Amino acid sequence: MIRPALPRWLAVPAGLAALFLAVPLLAMFGRVDWLHLPSLLASPAAIDALWLSLRTCTASTVLCLVLGLPLALVLSRSRGRWATAGRILASLPMVLPPVVAGLALLVALGRRAWLGRHLSAFGVDLAFTTAAVVVAQTFVAMPYLVVSVEGALRSAQEHYEIVAATLGASPITVLRRVVLPLAAPAIASGTALAFARALGEFGATLTFAGSLQGTTQTLPLEIYLARESDTDTAIALSVVLLIIATGLIAATSVFSRVKGATS
Amino acid sequence: MIRTLVALSALALLSACSFVPTTSPTPKTELVVYAASSLSGAYATLGSSFEAAHPGVTVKFSFDGSSTLVDQLTQGAPADVFASADRPTMDKATTANLLTGTPSLFATNTLTIIVPQGNPAGITGLDSSLDGKKLVVCADGVPCGSATSKLAVLLGVTLTPVSRETKVTDVRAKVESGQADAGVVYVTDAKASGSKVDTIAIKNADQVKNDYLVGVVATSKSSALATQFVAWVTGSEGRKVLSGSGFTLP
Repeated sequence: MIRPALPRWLAVPAGLAALFLAVPLLAMFGRVDWLHLPSLLASPAAIDALWLSLRTCTASTVLCLVLGLPLALVLSRSRGRWATAGRILASLPMVLPPVVAGLALLVALGRRAWLGRHLSAFGVDLAFTTAAVVVAQTFVAMPYLVVSVEGALRSAQEHYEIVAATLGASPITVLRRVVLPLAAPAIASGTALAFARALGEFGATLTFAGSLQGTTQTLPLEIYLARESDTDTAIALSVVLLIIATGLIAATSVFSRVKGATS
Repeated sequence: MIRTLVALSALALLSACSFVPTTSPTPKTELVVYAASSLSGAYATLGSSFEAAHPGVTVKFSFDGSSTLVDQLTQGAPADVFASADRPTMDKATTANLLTGTPSLFATNTLTIIVPQGNPAGITGLDSSLDGKKLVVCADGVPCGSATSKLAVLLGVTLTPVSRETKVTDVRAKVESGQADAGVVYVTDAKASGSKVDTIAIKNADQVKNDYLVGVVATSKSSALATQFVAWVTGSEGRKVLSGSGFTLP
């Protein structure tokens, strides 16, 4: 059977939507001072910010995977009131304004906060450290991984798992050989989304971790600061951020398609 | 479904239109003032008293960092008055021909140290008592940061802050919450923080002053009223309110 075509007029609002998203991003490429781009990006502050961003985002993405994947697995098998509460909780940081996320972290983990005081009793002082940046990024990025993986797991067919279990596979083997491989495209795209969200993190980092070159001043913070005095550097750095994010999303969509075709 | 979509987009367009200032019924009696964030308290008070003295006039404010405001003016933002928190930023605006006439100096601001209430880290000034403590200052690119660096050079101290914030209010927030042991802010910010912080004066702080200038925007459609507002700020009413907020008068 042939799938019926969409109404033709839909192309108009769809085209408008695409233009609406594309024009501002493309305009930035037009505004870049390409001639001076290498020297703009070679400033110590820009290089420090770029490396710091890549390092902290890698760390927070690993944390998202280590902690978020188990949460997604457990949520996907849970039913009832507590499961609903868990799902709401897992997606809340996604809709919170980042500055609210930063304030929440501050009142929980700040030097004056209950948890923060107990941590510093053990010699852990997060205030103004790179670790605080990773905490802020993980807090805002993890929901992207949890929500996309949990959605895929819940809509997945369960008969492969049942067959594997009937054939004598242990729960860990079923997880390793059936559940995770089937969810691989969702895990990959969730990981890329989490990384991209961590890369763009601004408000929570500024509120919770501060801003110091090489320690807490990530790429978005450096862009925000550069904008005060030097719009050209700010735009050059923005374009770098845009290229990294595009590369990430493109790579995972290719990966998902290859994976989807083979499985 | 389609009918709902059409109705929704019509609604969205309508509500968007009502925010366009040109469709307002009395455009001549609305004054739009772009002012540096540090002026928000004093200017809000001045705006109310100006409205009271000029019946039918509504004063609207946009408070942000001075350089952000200049960027917006360059892009054609519909403002009547612009007040900047330092001279270099105002110079940028005048060089770009964004203002009519010469802007007037109406206030100056100096720096001070704030510490969390009770001064738990025992800070005594911009000196060695800050060694190993969590000091937060403004970044070099913004007015309060440039002033901090100038003062440090003047006093011959090397500062090793744990964070350089883009906004002076972020420095304030980090001291108020106790995350930082000390912060360098404007006297007016220290005053606005009230009892949440203790203030420690910096030696020779009066040698590094930030100039606050105000002028009429060249594209203003109500420049007569804008000139009156500038006079209000530089006049006796302005002087009373500004000095009450901790500003030094020229």
